Amino acid sequence: MYQTRYHRPGSVAEAAELLSKAEDGRYVAGGHTLIPTMKHRLAGPSDLVDLSRLSELKGISEKGGTVTIGAATTHYEVASSDAVRKAIPALAALAGMIGDPAVRNRGTIGGSLANNDPGADYPAAVLGLGATIHTDKRKIEADDFFTGLFTTALEEGEIIVKVSFPVPKKAAYEKFHSAASRYALTGVFVASAKDGAVRVAVTGAGANGVFRAADIEKALSGKASSDAIDAVSIDPSGLLSDIHGSAEYRANLVKVMAKRAVDAIG
Amino acid sequence: MTTVGMTVNGDPVSVETEDRTLLVEVLRDQLALTGTHVACDTSQCGACLVLIDGVATKSCTTLAVQADGSEIQTIEGLAKDGDLHPMQAAFNENHGLQCGFCTPGMIMAGVDMVRRLGKDLDDETIRSELEGNICRCTGYVNIVKAIKAGAARM
Ligand SMILES: Cc1cc2nc3c(=O)[nH]c(=O)nc-3n(C[C@H](O)[C@H](O)[C@H](O)COP(=O)(O)OP(=O)(O)OC[C@H]3O[C@@H](n4cnc5c(N)ncnc54)[C@H](O)[C@@H]3O)c2cc1C
Ligand code: FES
Ligand code: FES
Repeated sequence: MYQTRYHRPGSVAEAAELLSKAEDGRYVAGGHTLIPTMKHRLAGPSDLVDLSRLSELKGISEKGGTVTIGAATTHYEVASSDAVRKAIPALAALAGMIGDPAVRNRGTIGGSLANNDPGADYPAAVLGLGATIHTDKRKIEADDFFTGLFTTALEEGEIIVKVSFPVPKKAAYEKFHSAASRYALTGVFVASAKDGAVRVAVTGAGANGVFRAADIEKALSGKASSDAIDAVSIDPSGLLSDIHGSAEYRANLVKVMAKRAVDAIG
Repeated sequence: MTTVGMTVNGDPVSVETEDRTLLVEVLRDQLALTGTHVACDTSQCGACLVLIDGVATKSCTTLAVQADGSEIQTIEGLAKDGDLHPMQAAFNENHGLQCGFCTPGMIMAGVDMVRRLGKDLDDETIRSELEGNICRCTGYVNIVKAIKAGAARM
């Protein structure tokens, strides 16, 4: 690991200030993506600004049909939250499928979204539910947030403060995980909103990261039954191909996982 | 160098360390607590689990400075007055280890399961909870048995 300087700010404003003064600083929350990356010397931030202890970034609340989760809330806290389990059980279940228990003890929703790994789980829920990302500067809609592999609409130094999820009528997440890494080889989040609109978000499969499967959404808008997905053909040309699976294999997985998710919400 | 203050197994300690130093390096190299093992060093195997403020954490994926001000418990801190912790005793009685390299992490994982899920753990739960603990010797059967028995006695 390269040399780095660690800072523990007392507020979001102080964190942003510390980062703006750093030569090449990075925020650290759970550290469960950044520290392994630093150990491989794939990242070498001059400064680390710790967000994990900021109370402004913590907590879960449910009010008026919206679930709000602080950016530094851990995967374990989301998975075990009574409020999330009751309002959006698919979101709690998704958080409980991330990595292993010790990863869930430390990893945070804000870190996962800022990192936007193409195999990460939370991006599927955020895009599938049409959530809103609140930063220290503005609000960003899910449809505008994920801009490519490991890239997002966040500007230099911008901090995710919380994420608000509209409570859907029904939702389900189906994940086909890599047996070695636990990340999603393909994961599909299907949500049917209170107004009847259906959103389908796919993670793990896209060559540019998480995406909405427009053809599956269209097929489900007539009738939300898994048979409707049979006729859809998924074009492998925009999908990832690597040692874990070809683009064609992932194209098939998108349909299989989407069907399972639709069957799960009944 | 930065001064990191922690309580380790009940004793206050203060160490001088670089900000890039991992918690496991401080525990093993500076505090001589070599019960916490490093097997993969890539955040996957769980051999390095310690409790930070009661929460099982991979000490190979945590900087020592991040733990400043925290209470750390390692495998060396579980036994009390010479009596093994119930989870340690259960591993002994159920032959829950062969070479023992993964065992400190397995025991910490078992203790963390009880914190989160209570003392009454079934086999299926224990198996899925052991997702992040890799043993290269055993078939996990006795590890599952040991955690079940240890949890019930905690
Ligand atoms: C063994 C293992 C298995 C895993 N399996 C999975 C899996 O199955 N599915 C999955 O989705 N993930 C998986 N992960 C990743 C895990 O969920 C990470 O914890 C998560 O992706 C990053 O969260 P973090 O809090 O640890 O972020 P950090 O590592 O602390 O930070 C990641 C990035 O986000 C930035 N950042 C952090 N917080 C904020 C914020 N509030 N605002 C702006 N920027 C911020 C940091 O600067 C950094 O660039 C796994 C990790 C490990 C080690
Ligand atoms: S040594 Fe830390 S997880 Fe393997
Ligand atoms: S007992 Fe040898 S690695 Fe588990």
